[in-house]
Formats: sequence, structure tokens, C-alpha cells
Amino acid sequence: MTLRTLDNFSIDYLQILDEKGNVDKSLEPEINSEDLLKLHYYMTFSRMVDSRMLNLQRQGRLGTLPAATGQEASFCAPVLAIKDTDWFVGTYRELGGRLMRGEPLLNILHFYNGFEEGSFNLKSPRTLPVSIILASQLPQAVGLAYGSRLQGEKDIVALAIFGDGSTSEGDFHEALNFAGVFNAPVVFLCQNNQFAISTPRELQTKSATIAQKAIAYGMPGIQVDGNDPLAVYKAVNDAVKRARENKGPYLIEAVTYRMLMHTTADDPTRYRDDAQVESWKAKDPLKRFFKYLTGKQIWDEKKQIDLEKELKQTIDLTVKEFESKKEFKPDAPFDHVFGNSFYLIEQQRAQFLDQLGKETENG
Amino acid sequence: MDKINMVQSLNRTLHDIMEADEKVLIMGEDVGLNGGVFRVTDGLFQKFGRQRVIDSPIAESAILGTAIGMAISGLKPVIEMQFSGFSYLMMHQLEGNASRMRTRSRGQFTVPLVIRMPYGGGVRALEHHSESKEVYFAHTAGVKVIIPSSPSNAGPLLMAAIDDPDPVVFMEPKRSYRSFKEQVEDKLPMMPIGKAHILEKGDDITIISWGAMIQDTIKAVKRLKTETGCNPEVIDLLTISPMDIETIIDSVIKTGRCVIVQEAQKSFGPASEIIALINDHALMYLEAPVNRITMYDIPVPLFGREQMYIPSQERILRAMIKTLNE
Repeated sequence: MTLRTLDNFSIDYLQILDEKGNVDKSLEPEINSEDLLKLHYYMTFSRMVDSRMLNLQRQGRLGTLPAATGQEASFCAPVLAIKDTDWFVGTYRELGGRLMRGEPLLNILHFYNGFEEGSFNLKSPRTLPVSIILASQLPQAVGLAYGSRLQGEKDIVALAIFGDGSTSEGDFHEALNFAGVFNAPVVFLCQNNQFAISTPRELQTKSATIAQKAIAYGMPGIQVDGNDPLAVYKAVNDAVKRARENKGPYLIEAVTYRMLMHTTADDPTRYRDDAQVESWKAKDPLKRFFKYLTGKQIWDEKKQIDLEKELKQTIDLTVKEFESKKEFKPDAPFDHVFGNSFYLIEQQRAQFLDQLGKETENG
Repeated sequence: MDKINMVQSLNRTLHDIMEADEKVLIMGEDVGLNGGVFRVTDGLFQKFGRQRVIDSPIAESAILGTAIGMAISGLKPVIEMQFSGFSYLMMHQLEGNASRMRTRSRGQFTVPLVIRMPYGGGVRALEHHSESKEVYFAHTAGVKVIIPSSPSNAGPLLMAAIDDPDPVVFMEPKRSYRSFKEQVEDKLPMMPIGKAHILEKGDDITIISWGAMIQDTIKAVKRLKTETGCNPEVIDLLTISPMDIETIIDSVIKTGRCVIVQEAQKSFGPASEIIALINDHALMYLEAPVNRITMYDIPVPLFGREQMYIPSQERILRAMIKTLNE
């Protein structure tokens, strides 16, 4: 007999906290109150910052912005599951995750106002800057994880975040393949927000799930409710634990929804129905986490109002600081082209400053 | 005859060509239902359907690779790289296959396709949305590189690109997409590839530019004429590769002076190539060193400082006056 089945697979779906706030006690992860409140703080902060930045953008005070609203559980909960010493490798739609990694809001504002001065994070030396070329950060995550291990850091992991659109790029497949072959401690977290600009998830891949792509690369994959902070946390935490024990990489698909536009340059009304957007409002991660926390009696309406007031103040102050410093050294773009000084670059810097001086004289 | 912008010129041309030739098809990211992020393919999906206007998954390499296959099979794909900054992911298909299939198969297989891409700075965009890397493509033998500069030449050059028997990289200066309109006739004839356009005839100095820089150059030239009374010759390159040697050399032999304005960074750019051509063919006619106004050899700064770095009218004007006085 020559025809036989060589392999079968199944893919699990995980939801712990449902839309109505019901918890599956048998799956509930153990998270202490302090961490739960930290997660809630950053999810709320992220939502408020996103909305404020969109306002600033509409007023012409910021440039093109990617909107993050609705995906807070998908990008904040994973950060709770890793340590500061682990690597965070992301793209441009993990606002709250980056805030949790210590990226100052002031930097984020400067970055989206077109200044390189905002594009680094001294508070977190293991957070890579925003990577815009889709999936290009994923092989880097494999290298970071492998490299740190090789240099003696025994339990380091890398958390690599990307979107559903990125799973079509060659770099995604190459990264998963390398991670599998190298047994690299990488947790690949796909925020499947259903859209790559206008292209719906169904046109991105014929696979029934993104999670199942893991199977082909010899690693486990799981799909989770990406608007359920507990499910996202548990999946990432389990994958991180496994990676720390040298059991290799993991692919997690967090199913969420991009509630707003791709970026402020995009008009979603051209390609999707309002009804679909409406239906996802009921699945909001912030609402259900509020129910969870109040159910545990560690949070209430009054605390929420106070928190939002406090965060508004923080944002107001930072925006004020941002508005007060919008000019930086004109020749800073020459500073980090190379690690050492070259005559060619320095000569051009001098020419640039000379030309700039002439324009100021004339103008 | 309407006043239209460059996006409308390209869009109208695509509508006309797809109507006339059923072998032409469109493929790229968000080019269908959304009409492209700059709306160049607007309305094509609705008119010609999803089989001829394909919203592809996000994979620049596969977009070109698939288009190579379609082209060999007899179709004429017009593919879009959403931004030139994402086009490097298709480079191996361009350098390794699209450009070489004809020569590799000794003419048996050919790859008539067009790769459209918006490029260049000045639109307050994020990283990777502002570069001018025409030289990456121009350095690939077997690939033609075209850069239109206005609504009146964008459509006719796109027609020529689609009509061409070989792969053409068609780079659209996104700063000029909607910045001005021109009266354009409904049906314009095709413009030739490999032929520069003399915008103004003159004897005193040759000014060469292309893409979005043409608008700044024209304004600077206008001021130059008012301020010095000189008579410049202005050349819009239009085709980067293969370059129009004849027009450049004839002009420089006549004027003896030349300024090149390029948005791309300085070293190894098209201006370097133009200077080398002048060196080969017109060195003894020069009355002053050829001057080039370019970006610097650094990554294009984010938009907060970008305007300081893209050659300004003032910088172009100063360079022209300097070259005139040398």
C-alpha cells in the first residue's frame, strides 16, 4: 500500500473572557492585581493617545498616522508576558505595546511629526524602532533571539509582532522557517485585524487560519480572540515559557479588528461596510476588561473616571511639551549615517549648512 | 479637452488602453476596489472586473514574479508597487529574471510589462515614502526607466511603456500627482521612450532635470532669466535609461555650460552619468565645470526636515548663476 496519511493537524482557538465579560475559570491565567491594573492602564492610555493623536493630525499638528484603536488587547497583553530584557520587534500598530515598553509619548509625537529625534527608545534598549517594510522585522527577531542565546543569555526570547498582510511577504515565511530550523526562541504574534489597507483577510491567504501556517514550519500555532486580553496573555505567556525552556518558536494569531483607518491617508468607506465595523464595537477589548476587573472587585466606575482624568492630564502636558519644541538641529540627519566620520559626508554637511545659511539670509 | 492633473492623466490612459487591448491587466496592492492609494487605478476594477484588475496579497516579489509569467504567456501586465520604498522586495525578480529573460532565451521569451511606482519626497509621508532611487533600476541592463513630469507627458509615456516589448519601470513623482493641472487633449499620441524633451530653447546654459524637480527648475529658470537676462536651454530627461545622449550633448556643445538638478542623492546618481557622458562627448566645449544640485548622501530625512534637503528653487538659482559666471 503506497497511499497513507503522513500527517494531520488541528488548530486550537482560545477565548477566556467573552464579549459579555464572562470568564472561563478553567482557563483563566494567574495574573496578580498589580499586573492586571497595569494592563488596564496601558490599554486605556493607548486608546486615549490614539484618539488624541488623530485629533492632532486632523489639525495639521502631526503627519500621517496609523490608527491603533480596537487592537489594544492584541498589542498590550503580549508585553505583559515578556521581560524588559527580552526583545520587542514590531511594526507601526502596537501603540500601547510601545508605551508599555517605556517608549515616551513625547518621542512618539516627535516621530509622527517627522523628526528622527523621536525614533529611538533609550528607556528600552531591547525595543527595535518602528519597522514599516512589512515582515522585514521578522527574520531580525530570529537573529536577535538566536544571537542573544549564543552570547550566553540563557532564557532570552524575542516577541515579534506583525499583521495579517505581512503573512503574504516572503520574509514572514523565511523567518518562520529559520526560527524552526534554528529552534530560535521567538514568539511570532500576528495581529489579524482583518484588513491590509483595503485588502480583506480572505484575499490575503486561502488558509482557513493564519495560525495553521505554523505547522508547515514545524512549530505550534494557535488562534486566539485578539480582543480578549486574558486569552492573548495566556497564549503569549505559554509560548514564552516554552521558548525560555528551549522548546522553540510559536505562532499566535490574535483575531482582532482595525476599528479605524489604516492610516490617516486612508478612507475605509471605499471598501468596507459600516455594519461590519458596528458589529465589532460589541467586542471591544477595553469594555470587557473593565467588566472583568470590576467583577474581581479591583476596579470600579469611580477609579475609571479618575484614571481617565489622570491620563488626560498626562497627555495634555506631553502635548504641551511637544508643541513647545518642534525644531531640532537642521543637520542632525548627517549624524548617524555611519558610525565613524567620513570626509564625503562631513563635506556635504558643511555644504548643506552653507546653503541653508544663504537661504536664511535671503528669506 | 480638460484641465487634468497627473493622476487623472494616468488613470484616463489606463482606462483607454484596457478598453482597446484586452491583454492589458492591472495587479498590485489595493489597486482594485480601493483604486490604488493614490487613486491612479480608480474605477478600473468596477469597469473591467477582478480578473483584469487584481488586488494581490502583499508580496512585491510575487507581484513581479507572477507578472513575468503572465507576460511570457502573452498578457501585458501593468503592476503597481504601492511605494517605490517597497519595491526593493521585487529586485531579485527584476535583476535576475525580468531583465534577462530575453537575453537568456536568445529572444525566445520576452517580458513586456510595466512596473508603476510612486516615488520621491515632499508629501509629508513616513519613512520609505520619500526616496528617489531611479538609479537602482537604471543600473539594471535590459530595463528601461521612465519618469514623467506633467499631466501632458504622463499618459503618453505610460502608453509607450505599455506598448514597449520589454520591462519598463515607470516612476511617478508623487509630489507632482496633484500639485498642478494642464489642458490635455482627450486622445494624445504616444511619446517615444529614450527621447528627452526640450522645454525651452536657449544658448547660454543647459539645465537638465526630471520628475518633480522640473517644476522647481522651471521656476528657478524664470527667475534666472529675469535676474540675468540670459537664455537657458531646459531639458526634461523623461527617460532615465536608456538616456538621450544626443539631446544632452547637442545642447551642451551649444551652451558650454550645464547644471543638473536631481532629487536623488548625489553619489552614483543619474547626474553622475550625465557628467560622464558630457566628459565622453563634449568635454572640450565646456566653459565651466558641470554643476549638479542633488540630495545629500544620507537617507532622506523624515518630513520634519525634508524640505530643507530637497533642492530648493533658491539653491538651483544660485547654482545656475555660479555656473554662468565661471
